[in-house]
Amino acid sequence: MNRSLILMTATRYLVPIILMLSVFILLRGHNEPGGGFVGGLLAASAFALYVFAFGIKEAQRLLGVHPLALIGSGLFISLGSALIAPIFFGEPLMTGKWIDTFELPGIGKLGTPLFFDIGVMLVVVGVTLLIVFALAGEDEQLGGGS
Amino acid sequence: MIISWPILAQFFTALFCLFFWARRDIQRILSLVGSFAALASAIGLLLQVQEAGIQVMQLGNWPSFAGIVLVADLFSAIMVLITAFMGLMIALYAISDIESGQEAFGYHALYHFMLLGVTGSFLTGDLFNLFVWFEIMLVSSFVLLSLQGNRPQIEGGMKYVILNMLASLTFLSAIGLLFSVTGTVNMADIARQLEVVAPQYPTLIIALAMMFTLAFGMKSAVFPLFGWLPASYHTPPTAVTTIFGALLTKVGVYAMIRVYTLIFNQLDTLNYTLTALLLISAFTMVVGVFGAVSQFGFRRLLSFHIISQIGYLIMGLAVFTVASIAGTIFFMVHVILAKAALFLVSGIVKQLTGTNDLKQLGGFYNNNMALSMLFFIPAMALAGIPPLSGFWAKFAIIKAALESGSYWIVGVGLFVSMLTLYSMVKIWTYVFMRARPEAYDKPLEPMAVNDRWLRWTPTILIGGLTVLMGIYAGPLMALSTEAAEQLMAPAQYIGVVLGGAG
Repeated sequence: MNRSLILMTATRYLVPIILMLSVFILLRGHNEPGGGFVGGLLAASAFALYVFAFGIKEAQRLLGVHPLALIGSGLFISLGSALIAPIFFGEPLMTGKWIDTFELPGIGKLGTPLFFDIGVMLVVVGVTLLIVFALAGEDEQLGGGS
Repeated sequence: MIISWPILAQFFTALFCLFFWARRDIQRILSLVGSFAALASAIGLLLQVQEAGIQVMQLGNWPSFAGIVLVADLFSAIMVLITAFMGLMIALYAISDIESGQEAFGYHALYHFMLLGVTGSFLTGDLFNLFVWFEIMLVSSFVLLSLQGNRPQIEGGMKYVILNMLASLTFLSAIGLLFSVTGTVNMADIARQLEVVAPQYPTLIIALAMMFTLAFGMKSAVFPLFGWLPASYHTPPTAVTTIFGALLTKVGVYAMIRVYTLIFNQLDTLNYTLTALLLISAFTMVVGVFGAVSQFGFRRLLSFHIISQIGYLIMGLAVFTVASIAGTIFFMVHVILAKAALFLVSGIVKQLTGTNDLKQLGGFYNNNMALSMLFFIPAMALAGIPPLSGFWAKFAIIKAALESGSYWIVGVGLFVSMLTLYSMVKIWTYVFMRARPEAYDKPLEPMAVNDRWLRWTPTILIGGLTVLMGIYAGPLMALSTEAAEQLMAPAQYIGVVLGGAG
């Protein structure tokens, strides 16, 4: 395949920046516009860019896991954070629980909604990349165990 | 807390199936265990609702006008229970019926995501959230429908997707318009606001009611919006057809009953919409059954029957008395069971002979008496022969219609009943009574012992339940009547949901 040197060089610099930005957007979602969904789309776009520059194989190597694993673990984290309140505090499902005693610099208070958002982000990245990888031509990996 | 268990059970099952993507044996066990957990929690929920009244959970502990609320009244609890039961039965049947190729594409995970959507639709008290559950259910069903990816499946799937997308669009716009009038998407709150607002915009409310009817009607395959159903339902494996035919259209009917009893229950609106519904129900019944009579495919014929039975359900809603709604609830449970039993028998016949074409079948009465009985009982129940469940179901709806003076619809209902019987007898004659045509007479495929267990157990259990429903019609009808009373007196529902709002 014919690769563009300019695109490849630019991508090397852009991907880390976009990924950092996506984490920033995720954390910003606490109190301002942003959050897991948008952050997830941004992170997925970084990998999509990598697909254009270096091809699918390289992008999958960079990602390191199958997108389905991201979807599964994302759902698990979100669901787990939703279950904290009913299991430990006897309150309704999805009630937000915060640690009030300290704040992490740059992130703020820790709590279940943050983990819910992280889960959402992982699901969005997983779904988007599953589609991107499939559309970009390598559909044989979708069959999984077969 | 128990109200969220049926949802969580399906959710976790689907999730763990994702984790074990490559291990099909583990997925099968997970699917069974998860379905069993869902059934147990659904029974628990029904008992709880019976004992302690309507159950409510404010998700996230938000006040109910701001957050999403889960509500389980008797009607919801009954529907959740029948969903969980069918979920377990079909999970069992599917192990034998679903090919390993489809399992590798995530059949089990999708199946439980679909059941998650169905369960969630029954339990949510929030109109927009209902839309979201609908989408979860539909998106997974799109994939389940076309999992083998052959030509008829893609063709049927396209119609299914496009029409259901259209329905979703209508549904969403209707929610938006309703929100613009009431400023809320919580169903109980909408109902409370409309008491004040509805007299100001009577025509808008009627238009909205019709939009919801259109959206839910398309999803539940009423006349004239049923085109997608016969085009798609006979194409996937039997297990998928059965769970679709049993549950998906009923979710549309459930939603229709919910919005009519809770939200659009103003007299002006009802005067207009119920007449429309009555007409729709008559056409649905008649067209569905005529479609069925003319078919020569086992499953296609049964698919058309789904439409005709939906007509009865809509008729019960359109008569709109406590007795008729009670009849509808009873009918809904009956038709889910009876139709599923028939589909499962068609699956066994298909497995034994390799075909579903009535013209090529025959001779089952002589060489497989047990299977014949398993067809005969639910078929007669569907046609409404006493003392089986269908008789009491139709009796309740027709009696309620007579009491309210809608004589002509009773005539239509009885006429359709005759044709239902005729079409059941048609299958009975072709597949069971007559000798198999010589041109197609070849020995039956042998069935492995495992397959036999997995296919016969659910078929016998579901078929047996249609008999039990007939025998215990009294207590079950009492339960349905109680559920209908809750539906027809929405003040209680509204009070319980908004009680926490202060």
